[in-house]
Amino acid sequence: MKRILFCLLLLPMFAFASGGGPELQKSLNDVRNKASLQNGAKIFVNYCIGCHSMKYSRFERVGVDLGIPEDLLKRDIMFTAEKPGELMLTPMTAASGQKWFGKAIPDLSVVARSRGTDWLYTYFMTFYADPTRPWGVNNLAFKDVGMPHVLWELQGAQKPVYHEEHGHKVLVGVEPADEAAKAKTEGYRRAVTDLVNFLDYVGEPAKVVRWDLGWKVILYLFIFTFFAYLMKRAFWAELH
Amino acid sequence: MKKLLNSSLEWVDDRFPLVKMWDDHLGKYYAPKNFNWWYYFGSIALLVLVIQILTGIFLTMNYKPSSQEAFASVEYIVRDVEWGWLMRYMHSTGASFFFIAVYLHMFRGLMYGSYRKPRELVWLIGMAIYFALMAEAFMGYLLPWGQMSYWGAQVIISLFGAIPYIGDAITLWIRGDYVIGDTTLNRFFALHVIALPMVLLGLVVMHVLALHDKHVGSCNPDGIEIKKHKDPKTGIPLDGIPFHPYYTVKDIMGYGWFLIIFCLVMFYFPDMFGYFLEANNFIPADPMTTPAHIAPVWYFTPFYAILRAIPDKLSGVIAMGASVGIFALLPWLDRSPVKSIRYKGPMFRIALTLFIISFISLGILGVLPAEGLYVTLARIFTVIYFGFFLLMPIYSTLDKTKPEPERVTM
Repeated sequence: MKRILFCLLLLPMFAFASGGGPELQKSLNDVRNKASLQNGAKIFVNYCIGCHSMKYSRFERVGVDLGIPEDLLKRDIMFTAEKPGELMLTPMTAASGQKWFGKAIPDLSVVARSRGTDWLYTYFMTFYADPTRPWGVNNLAFKDVGMPHVLWELQGAQKPVYHEEHGHKVLVGVEPADEAAKAKTEGYRRAVTDLVNFLDYVGEPAKVVRWDLGWKVILYLFIFTFFAYLMKRAFWAELH
Repeated sequence: MKKLLNSSLEWVDDRFPLVKMWDDHLGKYYAPKNFNWWYYFGSIALLVLVIQILTGIFLTMNYKPSSQEAFASVEYIVRDVEWGWLMRYMHSTGASFFFIAVYLHMFRGLMYGSYRKPRELVWLIGMAIYFALMAEAFMGYLLPWGQMSYWGAQVIISLFGAIPYIGDAITLWIRGDYVIGDTTLNRFFALHVIALPMVLLGLVVMHVLALHDKHVGSCNPDGIEIKKHKDPKTGIPLDGIPFHPYYTVKDIMGYGWFLIIFCLVMFYFPDMFGYFLEANNFIPADPMTTPAHIAPVWYFTPFYAILRAIPDKLSGVIAMGASVGIFALLPWLDRSPVKSIRYKGPMFRIALTLFIISFISLGILGVLPAEGLYVTLARIFTVIYFGFFLLMPIYSTLDKTKPEPERVTM
């Protein structure tokens, strides 16, 4: 009887599986992979920081966490700062962003936490040529996005793929527009994974720290609880 | 050494009722010996309260209650402050676990009739704690100043606008501005870190004092009074054991198990897939952009679903308030001759099961958009939710109960 009741209690949990939104591709990034993070940081400062800030993150912390020595950090990463302790700001002013893109350009410090890594990965993978848009591109994950396809040279041109459904053309995906773009697919996939990885790391620099600390704390708590159990047993043995 | 300690204790005891307090609440507080694991959650809630206060103190050291700086200061805490991330996650995870502990503690009360005479005041003070905790959590949630903080507060405060005639004046008075802004954030901060914690602590002390009163004492899974059978010589309940050491050592073990689960979540799932820390709350508050979907944090969603289930705003607000407040009437709604579910009949068991299913379902529906089938379901579950309480005087009287034992069963 009790078990049946318990199963009944769980029923509502399964009853409402939710859905909706564009189908996301899985980001297989790994924030423990320092080489990938370093490459992601390199892509970010070369392609993104011109417009997007990471105003809660400091170059110094990135250098320390990613294992980039200070001289290399200054040479290859800190294009927009003098001292390593500075925040990762963009030279783009809010007014310019508004003027050129029609919208304030978002800060990307915690974009991986608000959008999620799968969304970011899908977003970078699904730019496609759309001559009706101001920058000539549109995006599957972010319809009518205001941003140009900045990583275009890494990916090459993409064209939309349509399916016929009930007489309507439905946009279902993107594919390389030519042989040159096709040849770049694997390299681009890796570059995007690294960039998403870096965004994931900056979203929460303490992630690896907590992973590494957590199991030790939990292990200690198991030992503590075991001794607490022995103590409880010893005291309660007097009762019976 | 022992002599020195003893004489120090005497010195203090001549000037302060230290030994008396110890004896009243621990050393000579006799609790039933048959507590099961459901009885851990009271002491666990107390532990979480301590965690929240301690981590809150450290967060306050670096948090800035200003609409210009709040979001950035939270990011500063988790990035640049030494162990700041741990304090933040402990506090945010603690908020959710506070409600988990309190809900399980309340469910324990429902199962074993802990609210029945002579514990009506224990229950009512507990309800006051629950209200204060809801206010505390609601105001705390505004502080990170993310989109969900902002728009969640916007939705909830606007509910007061449904009150006829004075509604708009009240919402203005709560916000201190025509929109949620710096003033609102400042006052919510003051209430969150000073006023409500003090109220909570005071109420928790009252809750324990009311329970430990010499005419009251703890209930137990059998729902019978251990004070009915006392040792004629000592006056100690035959089924009672001193809280210390027996329940202190047991609760320490409970703390161990609880902290394992707590740390598992805090270290590995601090966002809890968007239920403890919502993704939208990592976007700074923007009064010009309303998120497509606004949902409160999980612990408020059952009541939010009831609010949305009713088409008229004022009636919805009243129903939502009633759904929280109706718990306070339980001591007078339950007419069963027995307290515990162990001796209550099938009607109560079915009613309680349906109530829990409704509560959880409403919680899930509160997260989902209010459209189509979801609204219909929310209405059905709202009816069951209130039915559990309002029909209780009838089914608890009709129900076929079993005889209670004279003494507690282990």
